[in-house]
Amino acid sequence: MNAISDAFREGPALIPYITAGDPDAESTKEQVRALARGGADIIELGLPFSEPIADGPTIQNAIQRSLDAGMTPRKYLDLVADLDVDVPLVCMTYYNLIYQYGNEPVRAFVEAAADAGISGLIVPDLPVEESDDLRAACDEFGLDLIFIVAPTTKGERLDRVMEQVSGFVYVQARLGTTGAQADVSTQTHDSLGRLANYDVPKAVGFGVSEGHHAREIVAAGADGVVAGSVFVDLIASGEDVASNLEQKARELAEGARTGFTQRVPRPERT
Amino acid sequence: MSDSPAKFGDYGGQYVPEVLMPAIEELTDAYERYVLENEDGFMDDFRARLRDFGGRPTPLQHAEQLSERYDTEVYLKREDLVHGGAHKLNNALGQVLLAKYMGKARIVAETGAGQHGTATAMAAAHLGMDCEVYMGRRDITRQRPNVFRMRINGSKVNPVDVGRGTLKEAINETMRDWATNVEDTHYVIGSVVGPHPFPRMVRDFQSVISEEARAQIREKTGGLPDSVVACAGGGSNTMGAFHNFVPDEDVALYAVEAGGSSLDVDEEKGVAPNSASLSTGSVGVLHGARTRLLQSRDGQILESHSISSGLDYAGVGPELAYLVDTGRVTPVTVPDDAALEAFHRFSQEEGIIPALETAHAIAYLETADDLGESVIVNISGRGDKDLESVLEETAKRDLVNAPEMGVFE
Repeated sequence: MNAISDAFREGPALIPYITAGDPDAESTKEQVRALARGGADIIELGLPFSEPIADGPTIQNAIQRSLDAGMTPRKYLDLVADLDVDVPLVCMTYYNLIYQYGNEPVRAFVEAAADAGISGLIVPDLPVEESDDLRAACDEFGLDLIFIVAPTTKGERLDRVMEQVSGFVYVQARLGTTGAQADVSTQTHDSLGRLANYDVPKAVGFGVSEGHHAREIVAAGADGVVAGSVFVDLIASGEDVASNLEQKARELAEGARTGFTQRVPRPERT
Repeated sequence: MSDSPAKFGDYGGQYVPEVLMPAIEELTDAYERYVLENEDGFMDDFRARLRDFGGRPTPLQHAEQLSERYDTEVYLKREDLVHGGAHKLNNALGQVLLAKYMGKARIVAETGAGQHGTATAMAAAHLGMDCEVYMGRRDITRQRPNVFRMRINGSKVNPVDVGRGTLKEAINETMRDWATNVEDTHYVIGSVVGPHPFPRMVRDFQSVISEEARAQIREKTGGLPDSVVACAGGGSNTMGAFHNFVPDEDVALYAVEAGGSSLDVDEEKGVAPNSASLSTGSVGVLHGARTRLLQSRDGQILESHSISSGLDYAGVGPELAYLVDTGRVTPVTVPDDAALEAFHRFSQEEGIIPALETAHAIAYLETADDLGESVIVNISGRGDKDLESVLEETAKRDLVNAPEMGVFE
């Protein structure tokens, strides 16, 4: 369970997202290796679901390409088991796939994911209210369960979510769905402010695509940045994918490190 | 039943992105205060508007030809006479009014056949709210008159090009809009689906159907019917027609699903050529609720099919799934061809052109063997919107009772 929190020990973490099987399983392996070379500290590997309600058009299209190419939960876990990178992997998928897998709803998937080498799960359509079964299975098999905190998550609700988080908290930078954006939203700063006193690594995602975004986000107090659509776009372009992924990862990782040096030190927590 | 108000047995729940949960908590609170407790006279206001704007109560009509044909007393609950031509206004008016009480500025809605979209557009115009409706591209071409009606009422219609372009994709896209504009926007879900409190709230707004029908049949016959028949896609007219009869255990309740062209499933292509999620589906999580779904073994949602866009959906309301499991509701299916035949027969014999959705409920009378001595059929909507599809689909088939269309040639 410590692989994920360890990834935040040596400075800010870069967490790229790609959809597994886009455009095919062999390409995913190359993409993962390229991201690792570029400095990824954790990699989020999407398991495609037919109704991705939390995703914008870029990732919807990647999911469609992957499904069209025949990706399934079993092939996904085989692919993960075949990967030979030294970076913790987080599976991002929707709840119905976890629920349907194997003979025992939820538990069978978590066990298989742990066996394949997955370190944590992000399930964007599973709020804390419905997460008891998955939480129990993750505890049993040593997986982190990462929850998303949105700009609308405040007050007592924020406490309830943060009680359930393990690994890191995924700070959704803006309202809406995933997708690359031109700027860092002011909501990011507000969210990081609300989270300042929680002692869990905070990774900001939704709209991160440039090195200066990563710098600004980390300077504002984040412990990591998640970027998805920007990598998925590079994959979709189909040209020099591996070197472009590596270069983009390097740009974001450098941005994050620069941001870390610009951080305004916070008063020591008591 | 489970203690949680969010559940029906193990069905229901709130499976939505975190960004929406605060809005859903706010909505749950508003539902409890305004709808359940009539705070600020909300329900009085709603009932008055349903009457004066919506044209309620609708009649319960004795159908003479059908009664003779099926040798049972057939009563028609005429929801086709609600303003707009379908039961959908009952819910749309309730939710748009609730959004107004909550201080929301903007309405979004999904629509399949366009009936919910038109009802929401009418209610939004009536109550002075901005409204945008998401509709699958395929449904837009199947239901052009309804698209114009929404536009004429001042709503924006956003085509959805993802997937097969039907109701499922329209719901996905409306949820994404809601997640982006959640602070000032209310999502008017059109059926008894989605996260709590929608299945309960939509049922409560639609339950006026069975509230009226139950009183009306007692007045006409002195007793209760032996059966109630309603078509089921997501299940809003179904739950509306059933709700007040659920405690009457001697009243049989039949939910008629779209059998499409076949009840089989093509897992390879990810297609179920029907929309019979109660009859053939399995348990899963979609669009905010645990319910019965048309899905592959892996849990990918299948593309459904029905001649009627309003039934063309891979899921169904969680309360209906629960009532089927407990044996209170019997799910049955009617294929495309039989629905189309019933459409023509009913139009000729009773002088009412039904919606293609409703034609499924009517068609069930043809094959049902034990409806008892009296049956209420919920005429959920009128068929004007379907005329283009009906002409096209009738031309493809050799139907015994279709009219001669040669006048156009």
